[in-house]
Amino acid sequence: MTSSHVPAWEQERRAIVVNAIGVGLATAAYGISFGAFAVSGGLSVLQAQILSVVMFTGGSQFALVGVIAAGGAMSSAVATASLLGLRNAFYGLSMSPVLSVTGARRAVAAQLTIDESTAMAVGRSGPGETVRAERLAFWATGLSVFVLWNLATLAGSLGAGLIGDPRTYGLDAAIGAGLLALVWPRLVDRRSVGVAVVSAAVALALTPVLQPGVPVLLTSVVAVVAGVSAVRDRARRGAS
Amino acid sequence: MTPIWTAVILGSLLCYAIKLAGHSVPHRFLDQPLVMSVSDYLPIALLSALVAVQTFAVGMHLVVDARLAGLLAAIVALALRAPFLVVVLVAAGTAAAFRALGWAA
Repeated sequence: MTSSHVPAWEQERRAIVVNAIGVGLATAAYGISFGAFAVSGGLSVLQAQILSVVMFTGGSQFALVGVIAAGGAMSSAVATASLLGLRNAFYGLSMSPVLSVTGARRAVAAQLTIDESTAMAVGRSGPGETVRAERLAFWATGLSVFVLWNLATLAGSLGAGLIGDPRTYGLDAAIGAGLLALVWPRLVDRRSVGVAVVSAAVALALTPVLQPGVPVLLTSVVAVVAGVSAVRDRARRGAS
Repeated sequence: MTPIWTAVILGSLLCYAIKLAGHSVPHRFLDQPLVMSVSDYLPIALLSALVAVQTFAVGMHLVVDARLAGLLAAIVALALRAPFLVVVLVAAGTAAAFRALGWAA
């Protein structure tokens, strides 16, 4: 009875906030793995936390810590993290006209521009949706993930000393699974599946011969080759 | 400053600068077919390579251990459209169980 009197926007707003908290809780579970992984990989609790506050982009954080933990060069660690973070620039490109903020708000919006906030905002775009729904989805998801990801990182990094070997709990396997869950929705056609398989094979083949971190970095060449061939294919199809 | 501090600070600042650039750089710099296309494939290549290395590598050595069981369980969960949280927990639980039962290192 009462729900029919609630304005549509109130209902939508509640749904957006509930979803944002749900996404934050899911990433928090993964954030615990990150905190534990960072400390067992040789970082201090403070260093792990700075990554979650300032870097704040999960794939890059795991990549940086992974290279350090494996004994790779710091330059490889920074380069891999940065290359993985490049996608956030393209999220910003599509989000900035929606948000239309400047100054300090833009500085904050930039920091919250990650997979989750962009995906939730894009999910609220399209026919029948308003720009305020899109904006709310971005801000609510971004803030929810930021707060919960950081709390989880702290719990994981402090807990790492208490639980002993994180391998006992399969936390090392959770890292690969989380990264796989990030790439899974991107495997939409034959070319993207090909890029994934070839990149995994190249990285494994080079692991015994190159410093840790370098094999992963070199697979960016696979992405460039695939990108060039995709553009050529599109041009050929357009021309014929 | 220790090397790890350098990597943490430099990496963090670069990742933030990249995000800010996306909001600030004029569209014509990023909005080009080749740039957009390569940027679609870059996370696929790097994340897939990371998954492989996180599953099989120990330093510069390749090994098969309980992480593989965890990854295979994650693939099944993803194929069944399980949410992110379930995928991660299933992988961790499977690897932990394999180790507890002594089936894998």
